[in-house]
Amino acid sequence: MTQQLVLYPLLLQMFLSILLMFCWRRISWQRVVSIVGSIINVGVSIWLFSYIWENGTQIVQAGNWKPPFGIIFVADTLSATLVLLTAISGLAVSSFSSASVVSARLKFGYFPIFHFLLLGLNGAFLTGDIFNLYVWFEIIIISSFVLITLGGEKAQLEGAVKYFTLNILASMIFLTAIAVLYGLTGSLNMADLAIKVAAIENRGLVEITAILFLVAFGIKAAVFPLYFWLPDSYHTPPSAVAAIFGGLLTKVGVYALIRVFTLIFVGDLFLLNVILILAVLTLFSGGLGALVQNNLRKVFSYLIICHIGYMIAGLGLFTEVAIAGTIFYLIHDIIVKTNLFMVSGLIFRMRGTNSIRNLGGLYADYPKLSLLIAIPLFSLVGIPPLSGFWPKISLIIAGFEAERWWVVGAIIFASLITLIIIAKVWAGVVWKEKIELPKRLNFRYFDKLKSVRKVQMIAPMIFLSLISLYIGFGAEHIQKVSSRIANELIDNQNYIDSVLGSEQNIGHEE
Amino acid sequence: MKTIILRTASTYLLPVLLMFSIFILLRGHYSPGGGFVGGLIASIAFVLHSFARGLDNTKELLRMHPGFLMPIGLALAFMAGVTPVLFFDLPFMTGLWYPGHLPVLGSLGTALFFDLGVYLVVVGVTLTIIFTISESA
Repeated sequence: MTQQLVLYPLLLQMFLSILLMFCWRRISWQRVVSIVGSIINVGVSIWLFSYIWENGTQIVQAGNWKPPFGIIFVADTLSATLVLLTAISGLAVSSFSSASVVSARLKFGYFPIFHFLLLGLNGAFLTGDIFNLYVWFEIIIISSFVLITLGGEKAQLEGAVKYFTLNILASMIFLTAIAVLYGLTGSLNMADLAIKVAAIENRGLVEITAILFLVAFGIKAAVFPLYFWLPDSYHTPPSAVAAIFGGLLTKVGVYALIRVFTLIFVGDLFLLNVILILAVLTLFSGGLGALVQNNLRKVFSYLIICHIGYMIAGLGLFTEVAIAGTIFYLIHDIIVKTNLFMVSGLIFRMRGTNSIRNLGGLYADYPKLSLLIAIPLFSLVGIPPLSGFWPKISLIIAGFEAERWWVVGAIIFASLITLIIIAKVWAGVVWKEKIELPKRLNFRYFDKLKSVRKVQMIAPMIFLSLISLYIGFGAEHIQKVSSRIANELIDNQNYIDSVLGSEQNIGHEE
Repeated sequence: MKTIILRTASTYLLPVLLMFSIFILLRGHYSPGGGFVGGLIASIAFVLHSFARGLDNTKELLRMHPGFLMPIGLALAFMAGVTPVLFFDLPFMTGLWYPGHLPVLGSLGTALFFDLGVYLVVVGVTLTIIFTISESA
């Protein structure tokens, strides 16, 4: 029963999407199936996580083909954690979408595609084969293309074109990089690659391949020079879609970077310096970009870019403390960003606009909800003891230890900018005097929604806010998880051994 | 396009092409062919029919919306993959084979059902796309 546990989240998501396709026209069924399925998925993911926590890394060989020839699925602590976070965000967004996405969109298969997206995410986190990773990336981007264009508004299509172009480009580069790597080593299994790449003498070629991977994943993660697609596209689809994109899609890129640069291309000083410089520039450009935006969702989009910088910086410092900081930040960021985009959707439902200049008076009208909104906002800044505070400490300590003062400076600067931006948002949206806006016709304001729908919108925010609070106040537990993950990533022998078993030495001595 | 030659030919071509597509589907495991190509050939059969007889006639022939084939095909492929997990405690997608030899089919295994699923999905997707485009044109 537990032997196949690694695959259960995948199989469940696939089953859900097929089931949802059978209820194509019955939207009310789809809502129920999606929410109930997501709850079960959270249960399965918790099961997987606790099993991995107690028994260590688990693998499944799909089709019973032995590695390094078959495709294998590997669940180490990092993968299990990310699958759990995907399940949590998925549940929140599933509930939020059933209330906030209009039925014209639901009729064209919103829910099946949404679960295909989650399937792709789970697959990307669990696979141990680099070509299979590419396939999961394709599933992710194809599903996201549908989600981003569903509804077919002009602004949406414009955003989708930018999103499409750069993501396809990234996939091409990724595929090229895989081809080069395969040409060098003759293997696609990541654990096998780890051994074979280390043995290659022509380091220049290895570095170039690594740069190709860096560019491909960098585009997907929205790292410095190639992030323009993100703020131009994330504010166009419905906020439920933006929530899952903002929470998880860029993090897949970060995950892939972490995986590839801790397992396959390890400890090359030149590469680590490149990553650090990119991280610092990402921190600056994302922060400064967010400062000048007026649309709430564009502000959050630029903040995504800015905070990707923290994670990449931790990867670039490449010490155990730094990687632990990166992982902690990843955990915190997925929950908070998903929540923030849902908050922007809620505000849009309340006022009919997302322009900070025209918003205001939220505290006077909805005092309790304003307090709820405060939790993700201030968690993001990391006002102690909320969740964003702890990972930054790890990152700054790691920066001091490595004596990279400029990285420490950039991290502190980005935190300061985030604080300014969030203060601006809070003052502009919540505290400012209410500005009377003309009533929009054919627009269902929050007050006019049925109470079931209101609960479906608010409940996921409460759920994610509670998790954010737990990450902040129970930081000890999260720190324990991230330290263990960092330990596993730095000492990648554990991963290689669990995939290839003890026979690997025989094969390579010949 | 409604010439008498094409119309007469399409009556014979539809079953021939469908049989050919099934032949391609079945030979696919070890030789070139398989669900994807078979599905494309089957959809060509229906597209040719719709060119010769008009879209409405083809739809009547199909009796159901081709899009409905997608979930059926996916479900079939999914079942083929998940059967070893559920009943034999083997990894996902492990090939299970009927030990004996069957006439016509050769050996029967889960791989055939997976390919059949692919076949149905391809027919469903292709026909949905082509029908939608020709409806709006």
